[in-house]
Amino acid sequence: MSDFTMPSLGADMESGKLVEWMVKPGDTVHQGDTVAVVETQKGAIEVEIFEDGTVSELVAKEGETVPVGGVLAHVRTAGDKTPAAAPATAAPAPVEASPAPASPAPPAPRPAPAAFARTGRVKVSPAARRLAAEIGIDPEGLIGTGVDGSVSLADVELARSRGTKAAPAPSARRTGFDPAEMRKAIAAAMARSKREIPHYYLASTIDMEPALAWLAAYNEGRPPTERMLAAVLTLKATALALREHGQFNGFWQDGQFQPGKGIHVGWAIALRGGGLVSPAIHDADGLSLPELMDVLRDLVARARSGRLRGSEIMDPTMTVTSLGEQGADSVMGVIYPPQVAILGFGRIVERPWVVDGQVVPRRLTQLSLAADHRASDGHAGGRLLSTIEQLLLEPEKL
Amino acid sequence: MSDDTPTRLTYREACKQAIRDALNRDPRCLVMGEDVGLYGGCYAVTKGLLEEFGPERIRDMPLAEGVIAGSAIGAAIAGLRPIAEIMTCNFSLLALDQIINNAATIPHMSGGQFAVPLVVRLATGGGRQLAAQHSHSFEGWYAHIPGIRILAPGTVEDARYMLAAALDDPNPVLIFEHVVLYNDEGDLDPEVVSVDIDSARVRRPGKDVTIVTYGGSLPKALAAADELVGLGIEAEVIDLRVLRPVDTATIYASVARTRRCVIVDEGWRSGSLSAEIAARIAEDLFFELDAPIRRVCSREVPVPYAAHMEEAALPRTADIVAAASGLARPQ
Amino acid sequence: MTKDEIRKTALDILAGIAPEADFAALGDEDELREVLDLDSMDFLNFVTGLHEATGAEIPEADYRDLSTLQGVVDYLKAAGA
Repeated sequence: MSDFTMPSLGADMESGKLVEWMVKPGDTVHQGDTVAVVETQKGAIEVEIFEDGTVSELVAKEGETVPVGGVLAHVRTAGDKTPAAAPATAAPAPVEASPAPASPAPPAPRPAPAAFARTGRVKVSPAARRLAAEIGIDPEGLIGTGVDGSVSLADVELARSRGTKAAPAPSARRTGFDPAEMRKAIAAAMARSKREIPHYYLASTIDMEPALAWLAAYNEGRPPTERMLAAVLTLKATALALREHGQFNGFWQDGQFQPGKGIHVGWAIALRGGGLVSPAIHDADGLSLPELMDVLRDLVARARSGRLRGSEIMDPTMTVTSLGEQGADSVMGVIYPPQVAILGFGRIVERPWVVDGQVVPRRLTQLSLAADHRASDGHAGGRLLSTIEQLLLEPEKL
Repeated sequence: MSDDTPTRLTYREACKQAIRDALNRDPRCLVMGEDVGLYGGCYAVTKGLLEEFGPERIRDMPLAEGVIAGSAIGAAIAGLRPIAEIMTCNFSLLALDQIINNAATIPHMSGGQFAVPLVVRLATGGGRQLAAQHSHSFEGWYAHIPGIRILAPGTVEDARYMLAAALDDPNPVLIFEHVVLYNDEGDLDPEVVSVDIDSARVRRPGKDVTIVTYGGSLPKALAAADELVGLGIEAEVIDLRVLRPVDTATIYASVARTRRCVIVDEGWRSGSLSAEIAARIAEDLFFELDAPIRRVCSREVPVPYAAHMEEAALPRTADIVAAASGLARPQ
Repeated sequence: MTKDEIRKTALDILAGIAPEADFAALGDEDELREVLDLDSMDFLNFVTGLHEATGAEIPEADYRDLSTLQGVVDYLKAAGA
């Protein structure tokens, strides 16, 4: 038996609200299955489980706020001796349940199984709902103190006695995100970063002409669905460079550097309406360029519709931010704690450049590194930038 | 009411006085059952009546419930007013065909030509370590059947006066007497000389949660209400008394005030009387509810013999307290 | 497809990419990327959508012709959509 606990989905996350169970007791789960939706400041995150087994009990109820590390469910794993899921109805005995022990205080009758509960819905008692409608209060914006956290008559009466209209109902978090909450999360993480992390900054100008020429040739004759973006090349080059420069791929924790398990590049995605998420591209160094393009396309779409998974939020071992074509020439990033580095690719611009003693027009980008001086030094940072540059000069090898 | 009636008496004594009263008042009345005569009844309810009224009116019957019920139905149709006793409702399953296919149907199938003014008394329920074949509660099943009235006296007063009302009913009436109640004592109000067999009663008023129950669970519900006071919860306890037809008006009036309801039923929860009442509240009173309906029923096992297991299998006061406080004071 | 149909198709695709944008205020000669804040992934999705709706190949070299709504209509009309 093991516990499935509330994951930490951000450096400053203390607790999360369980919005929806995607499994019920008795369900078989496999490593990587998404089993629950947790509402965080980054929006609704689909949380995965990291072992194989059978869900034996859902401890947390939908709507409940659980601290990071708090138990959400019990899972019977393969190593357990007790048989997985022994429904009483399958027993040959005529009884439907074992005789109960004579404990003095049995629990109250259990509420309806979570499987039957409507997802992510604010519970309002029928009487409370009717009263709220009569007096023009939105009951779903109230704090419920009734059975199972439901909004009860007393809660509506309290709102009425305060003479205030209820706060507007929280937007459906199942999809999308709350920009104000995300702003708070970014504020907390960035303030912590600048408070704790001694940043140092390096930058190099990189000739993107070989990479872009290779990319144009690759894309030529391919339908739009199979074309790649320059971002894929910079991502792959970064991931490969991190193999050689492991001190930038990991975390500063407990006063020392902890190398990341795998190269999971966080890709900063700007959200329409404001805000930013940097979900992980898992094992980016092992993906081919077309595979990387597929992952990127999927990740951007899901990030913008608020359907990221917990592991994507938790796992980045370093972050890449790319300002794109509309952005500025270069970026001096702020590290996302507890990571130790962030790489920035500025806008690709055409500039005069000296090649073989001749001034020629070339497409260039400013590659910058912000790194944690506790974990690495400038010399190592310079070598990381140099490796990325070399890799981009030979795009056919990526 | 005769002057020699003590004001305080046991439920058993109340049942006996009711039968004596009936036998004295109506010469058509007789008692039929296993061991009701020489032995005095397996719960001693008819003890002494053979000596007082003779074997013509206190008739020991063979160990055949179908015969007891069948001959009592015949006697009723023929104009007598039989009081049949069946030792426990477990055994009444042998008389089920007579009760359901004959007693409950003949008045209807004969277009009212034949009335069946029959009363059947049955012991019901667990709690006396009589094991699974003597301890079950089948009154909820019988309450499913149109054509019969089902009574469940939970107080000494009802034990004393329901029988007369049942005998006055021209249709069959079944009276379920809970075995743990026989030794309970209670007071008879000298002002009361009869009771109705139509309505439920509020046995204890309260404003926070309604506890609906009947028969042997009534004392547990009242004890739970006492304990709930300590938690700052005023529970209203409703005694159904009549399981068919159920007096929903009294239930609804109470739940509409308290907006919370716990139903206590010694039957098994699946397909029980408690299920019927919960369904009706949900159907008719949905918008009055401020919390889910809860039920406290017997565990879904044949009632065990061992005392501690039997106690755990049946509804307990602590279960009722937990259910009611969970609704009235969540968290 | 008529020019109006092409225009409507393009606007539908853009609405899926930038749902918050005010398309009533979008002029035919406005720079789409700038006004709608499209990044390269958005633009690739736009091109992909146009390709799937009209069958036009739209090679990368022609992307500059698609910088405005008017440009999109003219380009796709010329491409035989």
